[in-house]
Amino acid sequence: MKRVVVTGLGCVTPIGNSVEAFCDSLFAGRSGIAPFDLGAMPGALSPDPGIRFKTTAKVKGFDPSGNPEHRLTPSFMLTSELGAQFGIVAARQAVAASGLLRHYDPAEVAIVSGCSCGGRGADEDANRNLYTRNARVPPTAIIRTMASSGTSNIAIENGVTGPTLNVATACASGTHALGLAFQMVRAGIAPAAIAGGYEAALTYGFLRAWDSMRVVSPTACRPFSADRDGMTLGEGAAMFTLEPLDAALARGARIWAEIVGFGMSADAHHVTQPLARGAALAMQRALDDASTTLGLAREQTMERVGYINAHGTGTQTNDQVEAAAIHQTFAELAPRIPIGATKAQTGHSIGAAGAIEALATVLALDAAGLPPTAGVTEIDPALNLDVIVRQQRPLAPGKHLALSNSLAFGGLNAVLALRRYTG
Amino acid sequence: MDDVESRIIELVAKSKNLPVTDVRMNSTFDELQIDSLDKINLSFAVEEMFSIEIPDDSLNSLKTVGDVVRGVESLRAAAASPDAAAS
Repeated sequence: MKRVVVTGLGCVTPIGNSVEAFCDSLFAGRSGIAPFDLGAMPGALSPDPGIRFKTTAKVKGFDPSGNPEHRLTPSFMLTSELGAQFGIVAARQAVAASGLLRHYDPAEVAIVSGCSCGGRGADEDANRNLYTRNARVPPTAIIRTMASSGTSNIAIENGVTGPTLNVATACASGTHALGLAFQMVRAGIAPAAIAGGYEAALTYGFLRAWDSMRVVSPTACRPFSADRDGMTLGEGAAMFTLEPLDAALARGARIWAEIVGFGMSADAHHVTQPLARGAALAMQRALDDASTTLGLAREQTMERVGYINAHGTGTQTNDQVEAAAIHQTFAELAPRIPIGATKAQTGHSIGAAGAIEALATVLALDAAGLPPTAGVTEIDPALNLDVIVRQQRPLAPGKHLALSNSLAFGGLNAVLALRRYTG
Repeated sequence: MDDVESRIIELVAKSKNLPVTDVRMNSTFDELQIDSLDKINLSFAVEEMFSIEIPDDSLNSLKTVGDVVRGVESLRAAAASPDAAAS
């Protein structure tokens, strides 16, 4: 089995449209959560008759027609919605930064992306016009709605013809995508991979549907906070290039981190009521996988975990269940492991969330610093967790491992184990 | 340049992100890199713009911008004169 490292990063997020900008915002604790403008939302009723929340985390400054770095061909514009466009640009950044396709045959490189909602904007526009005024449905509605349209366009832009697929496991899609790509590179199924997640589903219908579920914060997502009152919806993309450690070293690639393990599980319980047992299973499997990679016993691996980037949605239930899962997994170690939640800054971008949070985890390991969980001042004492608040702190010496958790609606869980690369 | 011609040239130029001066009546779809999906999408936009319906069997014969313009003019004329269309 090959050791697998991250050699390229790219992102379009509510807190920055480049890795540098994202990193600056991440460590400064800047949030991308802001009031949304119903007036700018196609089909929205304004004033809205019932929506209970007022904020989302939107990407700012994404300009595929004006900004050369975001430029997309007319064909890409025709066949992709906003989320897919984020994915294309994030993959472009990662590929360019890593130089991946100068060193690997694009005929064999894999692409694995996570996108769960697809192009909801195209779907809602077509359906609204169809059902309200019997309008014809545009011929691009199918293509723009496909969750995999970004995946296909990433392949087209880069001329990549290896194993290419999209994963749709709701809020865990991006983590599942990275985990599957990691397994493919580790097993030699593909010599290298482009992987991550993208999503932009902040349509009026989507916001109204989430409002009906009564899990969205009327203010802003504050994971693990004593006064948390729900999640905040977001959008964005993060893409990575993955390749074998030995090949990356041989070509002198910049190594951001090593992926050492991946664990998956299903709660097999309820679509919206998560089980701690399911999340714990995914964490344990990631730790066992990492133990095999590193030649350690699970206890030794757990002692080296210096950071958990939690799923941390900021809902009462998620944070309680995730805390319980961390306690089940780490036992007496649990209260001393520094925990952060990136959604406090980026919102919850569903299919992209796991990839954006893996990006935060990679940057934390690379910097040997742990970003604060924005907006949280008082940690819920009942959770008994060491949540990083107010300011960043250093990664503890000797604790070079991190987990990035994604616990999706539907009880589908995915956890990545990453290691600070120190040569 | 008549109304139909200018509107279609503008539509084609916009769809391919080209200046209108690059799109002429004798421009072929190949020259403009209009592929099969672009052609379907363009046909849809033309149908919406002029409230016409381009028959399936006519689509394949469209090779140039001029073909589209002449096709639209013909369909509009037929719509304006039901007797002529029926004959």
